[in-house]
Amino acid sequence: MIEVVNLCKSFGDNHVLKNITTTIKKGEKVVVIGPSGSGKSTFLRCLNCMEDPTSGSIIFGGEDIADPKVDINVHRQKMGMVFQHFNLFANKTVIENIMMAPVVVVTKKLKKQKRDNLLIKLHLKKGEIVPVTGSVQEIKKQAHDKAMELLKRIGLEDKADAYPSSLSGGQKQRVAIVRSLAMDPDVILFDEPTSALDPEMVGEVLELMKDLANQGMTMVVVTHEMGFAREVGTRIMFMDDGMFVEEATPEEFFSHPKSERAVEFLSKVL
Amino acid sequence: MNGFMFKVEKFLDILVNKGGYKEVLTGLQNTMIIAVAGLLIGIVIGTLIATVRVMPKYSKVVRALDKFCSFYVGLFRGTPMVVQLLVFYYVMLPLIGVKMSSVLVAITVFGLNSGAYISEIMRGGILSVDPGQMEGGRSVGLSYGTTMLKIVIPQAVKNILPTMGNEFIALVKETSVVSFVGAKDLYLAFQSIGSGTYEYMVPYLAMAIIYIIIVCLITLLIKVMERRLRKSDRGR
Repeated sequence: MIEVVNLCKSFGDNHVLKNITTTIKKGEKVVVIGPSGSGKSTFLRCLNCMEDPTSGSIIFGGEDIADPKVDINVHRQKMGMVFQHFNLFANKTVIENIMMAPVVVVTKKLKKQKRDNLLIKLHLKKGEIVPVTGSVQEIKKQAHDKAMELLKRIGLEDKADAYPSSLSGGQKQRVAIVRSLAMDPDVILFDEPTSALDPEMVGEVLELMKDLANQGMTMVVVTHEMGFAREVGTRIMFMDDGMFVEEATPEEFFSHPKSERAVEFLSKVL
Repeated sequence: MNGFMFKVEKFLDILVNKGGYKEVLTGLQNTMIIAVAGLLIGIVIGTLIATVRVMPKYSKVVRALDKFCSFYVGLFRGTPMVVQLLVFYYVMLPLIGVKMSSVLVAITVFGLNSGAYISEIMRGGILSVDPGQMEGGRSVGLSYGTTMLKIVIPQAVKNILPTMGNEFIALVKETSVVSFVGAKDLYLAFQSIGSGTYEYMVPYLAMAIIYIIIVCLITLLIKVMERRLRKSDRGR
């Protein structure tokens, strides 16, 4: 699903990622762990080009999305991301947060189709007229219904018209997860989704993530939650100093870590 | 004190009975038109410039635009408004051979000028918004422009509203120089009332009071707007 080839990322003279090559398959739950400063988050943020890779390529949906000429927005719609600090739109209500991307994207498509049809009619463009169905109202209604359904799923339908500032951390993060789900992504990237939460709110977020995992969502998770890594992960990638030092199944990694660095790390966190 | 009361009576006589109020109303109208239209043009220009200046500078086009914008801001902040009015009216217009009414000239210059100032205010506002908001928008596949327009700028506007109020008030007051190019503003109205009687004391005092009242009203308006925009901050 995602193929990373010779990915390098440096900030000035600071080489954060050093020649990373790996493949993430459909349905996998990859958990990236490692000491802080090892480049975990940078790796994740390079996957959807939130940070532009310095060199190397990332193949997703049949295209190298690290290439600046590729329309990254189209690919990001299929590659959700959940942030440590939620990044919900502060000026939009909960339901608007979830509806925003679907409405904008579908409306844009509709408008483009209408424009194309007009050009074809005026013989300025070749092609066949595709009948346009639906209106902006219908698009909004559909997005609203879907958003409501997603909110029900996380039990926050009564918060639909509240602003994010009135939600608790756990609620915010669950809304953020649902916001990325609204685009029906093929994969979701989680960047330390529970690190900014109060301890008692970590559970509800992890629960939702487990739920997604059980439904077969492909996930790449950067986390410090070893319990989650062990329980949900299908592959652990241990990162140190900009490289993947060790890759293994959770059972193998947690019971018989091979590299010295991993042994040391595990002795500190477990 | 008697002398002052006499002057007030004389002023009121001209204002009410001899049609002076018409001039004042026209002046007030022009002053407000120039300030409001200037502000609106300034907001559009300022937002565009600010957006260009905070854009990531990957492409040559953006870099060239950025250079142009900083030149523009430097130009309009580096010269007094009066000079800009005079140059536009007496140099630019004859050169390109266009005739424009003096109010229109004032609106254009005020718009261009406030655009330069507002661009810096807006840039500060955009930078004050958490970068996570842009990332959040981009992560769900929205374009840079859409995220900017629908997520970042609305929040920036909320943050800069008090400063924008400042800018608007400054604009209203600065309109008092538009008579340099012959636009009939509030100042010109009272000046002509005064020159009719060679008695300036009361007309200019009245003018000052009107300016203060306008500014107070604007302050009130901004407070109301701010309260409405702060809605998303309060936990509901």
